[in-house]
Amino acid sequence: MDLFFDKRLLTVVLLLILCGLALQAQSENDSVRQLREVVVTAKSYKEVIPAQKLSGKELESLNSFSVADAIRYFAGVQIKDYGGIGGLKTVNIRSMGTNHMGVFYDGIQLGNAQNGQIDLGKFSLENIEEISLYNGQKSEIFQPAKDFGSAGTIYLRSRSPRFEKDKNINLKFNFKTGSFHLVNPSLLWEQKIKANTAFTFNSEYIYSSGKYKYRYKRVHPSTHKTVYDTTAVRANGDIHALRLESGLYGTMEDGKWNVKTYFYNSERGIPGAIVNNVWKRSQRQWDRNFFTQASWQKTIFPKLETQVNAKYANDYMRYLNPDTTLMYLDNTFNQQEIYLSLANKYAVLKNWDVSLSADLQWNTLTSNLAGFVFPNRLTALIAVASALDLGKVKMQGSVLGTFVNEKIKIGNTAVTGNAQSAPDKQEFTPAFFVSYKPFRTADFNVHAFYKNIFRMPTFNDLYYTDIGNVNLKPEFTHQYDVGFQYTKALKNSIFRQWQIQADGYFNQVTNKIIAVPKGSGMYRWMMMNLGYVEIRGMDISTSASLQPAENLIANVKLTYTYQQAQDFTPDASPELQAMTWGGQIPYIPWHNGSAIASFQYKTLTLNYSFIYVGERYHNSANIPENYEQPWYTHDMNIVKNFKIKSNRAKISLEINNIFSQDYEVVLNYPMPKRNYKLILSFEV
Amino acid sequence: MMFPKKIRFYFFTTIIVAVSVIGCRGDVEMHLSETIELGYPREVTDAVGFYLLNEGNMGSNKSTLDYMDFSTGNYKRNIYAEVNPMVPKELGDVGNDLQIYGNKLYAVINCSNKIEVMEARTAKRIGQIDIPNCRYIRFLGKYAYVTSYAGPVEVNPNYTQKGFVAKIDTATLQEVDRCIVGFQPDELAIVNGKIYVTNSGGYMGAGNLKNYERTVSVIDLNTFKEEKRIDVDYNLHRIRADQRGNLWVGSRGDYKGHPSRLYFIDRKQQRVTDTIPTGVSNMYLSGDSLYVYSVEWSHITNTNEITYAIVNTLTRKIESRNFISDGTDKLIKIPYGILVEPKTKDIYVTDAGNYVSPGLLYCFDKDGKKKWSVRTGDIPAHFALLPIEKQDTIPTDTVQTNKIIYKN
Repeated sequence: MDLFFDKRLLTVVLLLILCGLALQAQSENDSVRQLREVVVTAKSYKEVIPAQKLSGKELESLNSFSVADAIRYFAGVQIKDYGGIGGLKTVNIRSMGTNHMGVFYDGIQLGNAQNGQIDLGKFSLENIEEISLYNGQKSEIFQPAKDFGSAGTIYLRSRSPRFEKDKNINLKFNFKTGSFHLVNPSLLWEQKIKANTAFTFNSEYIYSSGKYKYRYKRVHPSTHKTVYDTTAVRANGDIHALRLESGLYGTMEDGKWNVKTYFYNSERGIPGAIVNNVWKRSQRQWDRNFFTQASWQKTIFPKLETQVNAKYANDYMRYLNPDTTLMYLDNTFNQQEIYLSLANKYAVLKNWDVSLSADLQWNTLTSNLAGFVFPNRLTALIAVASALDLGKVKMQGSVLGTFVNEKIKIGNTAVTGNAQSAPDKQEFTPAFFVSYKPFRTADFNVHAFYKNIFRMPTFNDLYYTDIGNVNLKPEFTHQYDVGFQYTKALKNSIFRQWQIQADGYFNQVTNKIIAVPKGSGMYRWMMMNLGYVEIRGMDISTSASLQPAENLIANVKLTYTYQQAQDFTPDASPELQAMTWGGQIPYIPWHNGSAIASFQYKTLTLNYSFIYVGERYHNSANIPENYEQPWYTHDMNIVKNFKIKSNRAKISLEINNIFSQDYEVVLNYPMPKRNYKLILSFEV
Repeated sequence: MMFPKKIRFYFFTTIIVAVSVIGCRGDVEMHLSETIELGYPREVTDAVGFYLLNEGNMGSNKSTLDYMDFSTGNYKRNIYAEVNPMVPKELGDVGNDLQIYGNKLYAVINCSNKIEVMEARTAKRIGQIDIPNCRYIRFLGKYAYVTSYAGPVEVNPNYTQKGFVAKIDTATLQEVDRCIVGFQPDELAIVNGKIYVTNSGGYMGAGNLKNYERTVSVIDLNTFKEEKRIDVDYNLHRIRADQRGNLWVGSRGDYKGHPSRLYFIDRKQQRVTDTIPTGVSNMYLSGDSLYVYSVEWSHITNTNEITYAIVNTLTRKIESRNFISDGTDKLIKIPYGILVEPKTKDIYVTDAGNYVSPGLLYCFDKDGKKKWSVRTGDIPAHFALLPIEKQDTIPTDTVQTNKIIYKN
């Protein structure tokens, strides 16, 4: 526990609070303009390709603890979940791989130059107001160059302060508890400093023992008699995590700005794979993530808008294997990132915009890992984009230029080591989006896009001791998508609104970076650009709002995804190639879908959600030994809103995996059976 | 309203089609074995078949056991679960060695920290011996000797994680003694009243060649104490005793500049007296022929360089640079396991492929021409020949069925 009360941490907390108080002191005598209540979002006609969004009430209605849990409800998304509150959860859009997914937190990308994976299980939903998912890129040309740089993008928007009339302060307390010995208090403090400036502070602590029962049962295929049925408790899955966040939000004439600081500190056990005769593991992991970022946006001249973004991030990770029967490991990894971005949009004509963005990013990684070199990466990104609105037809096109230069410092390598840095890279990648709205009145449009983008090999891919390969090329994706969207508002009907969106797509992943066997020693892998994957898929999502009775409102949302994601990686041996050729790639189901339904009656809300993941294989060799059964979970919660004096309060009871299905998302990582959560919330 | 109706129709049709295609979760079924007819049935005189242990990638818990029956020419894939359906989580995680001694079959399952003991004829489970991070097993008399990477458990800031050799009573399956050797000991050979253990230092050497071990530990069988060390080369792995009691040791190298090599330890001098210019990933001794192959990563071509050789243990010369003669060697991605049948001299080589998908087992005749190949489990690796059952002798644990007599 002393981890959370060390000096560094106290300093951070005190600074955040002092910063808030100091600003408050000089706040009183300023102009009386109201702080804008809603953050400006792109107007709907600008969205050449509609995004999938979960926000506000809808997001709250899900029994989701982390961002990863919520993202499962989007079409075209696959989550790898290693189980439990502390378990790794990564997201994959349209089967292209986790590394092709950009995750943006309040406008600026979360980076992980080391392994390219963002663990979305680490981001609690506590203060997230909106999650949006874009295939290709956001249909917005006025954005930093990095926003053009991923095959798919998730934007997380934290709650920004807003105040009811005559209120200068908002306080919100929240407490969650339940299965796995979860203790999760949080505090939100929003303070109006001047009429156009507000401060916010948000803190959350998470503890969970991570203990849950899991069960493995096998039956005989012909007799259907149980051959074994064993239940055990998952050990070493505990987590302690503290998150602190503070921000300053301001508006000015024709513009806005914000500064925010994020700090996350955690210690967790790594429960590991459940295998024969291993009952307990003792590996631990510590993470400390810090970033501070600033954003400023203004219309400088009537036709010219500018935004400036900057970020500094410092991430520390320690992995310890104290088990003396195995290889003793105590490795630390330190990453730093500096990011600067300038974006400009110029309105050439009323219906024709052009933009130019330039970003500069510096990344470094150091470690005490034996034989590790310390890489430095400087990336310059330049994006040129244009948007044209011809009424019925809208178009957007962009070209992103990426220029990467890497250097290494001889880290922990022997002097004789032949360490070298990866050669410079230059890539130009285009994207083109078009939408057509054939009818004047009906809200119906068809859209299409093509995007070519790549992901850089990560520092681990390039430099990890004995595994890394500096000759790696970037891994490319090509996406072709055609779809439509239709929205209908209905009067005088139970159905208030009805919306459907469907897309068909073809993706190729070329130069896919895969681990190939190397020699015959302990470090048996080498990263190579050998893979090739083709994905043919279809995403459908639909939602409806109903009002069956005066006081009863119902919302229903359904998604369905079909994906054929085939491995066409060549092999010199026809026999080996035949085993995986055309096989569905690991953990991608052919069918998956979700359903959400919520019913609101006066102050009472009942929410129900369902996730279905169809049959999959855990390897491209689609043989019975690698087969994984479908899994599906039903979750439900009931929420009661009430008032204590004039303050809002809320009590909510959640039940997850109602039918207590024993399932695994990842082979040998069992998921929890039925579990519960109680949430109390109080707002001043 | 015409349009939405149409869309709704298609939408719901899609949903209905989808729901009918997609399935529900039932009970998870255990995997039954599969039998593949390869042809080549024959009369058996010395060995009736062999077991092949597939390692399975770490964390996959997919170590499996296959069986080749010579008399029928049938290959049975994944037999353990079928024979032992009641064992939770089956054979385990990462098989590392397989041996038959007496009437028992021993499978060393590295990441499951156990040696699975089965009946040699049926693969029916008898019990298990718990040894953390166990690596290889050999036998003499009524004892089994197992190497382990697991260091002694102690609280010590300057903790050094030396490995050990465990002595196990094959009748009771209990560990009776332990002898600390070097860092991360791998294969062992029992000859001349000694146990020779190759120390690798595999956990220490990453990034620095000098941190690898470079010795063979010599343990006296009577005292079960480490007697001395024989200096060989960095990162040792394989060891075989030839018919005259000399030792052949393979080093792994450091996977970078320092290559893998084959060394000869003279029995009398107890030191390295010869180096054979070939790398060693694995080897199999058949008579006086040592079949060797090597897979080494080249940082120049960024490919695995694979070599095959037969070394004559009498002349200590490379007799042949290729025991696969029909070009099939070009198709083998990662040769991983090897067996040479004593009578027919048929050569069996496995291909571990990409380590995560199933591998292949190839059978070549004595001239290196391919007879057949078959899909195996993941990372096919370790062979154990099953000798013919003799009517007149009852194999017991005290009888040494595979003892080699060394003449002085």
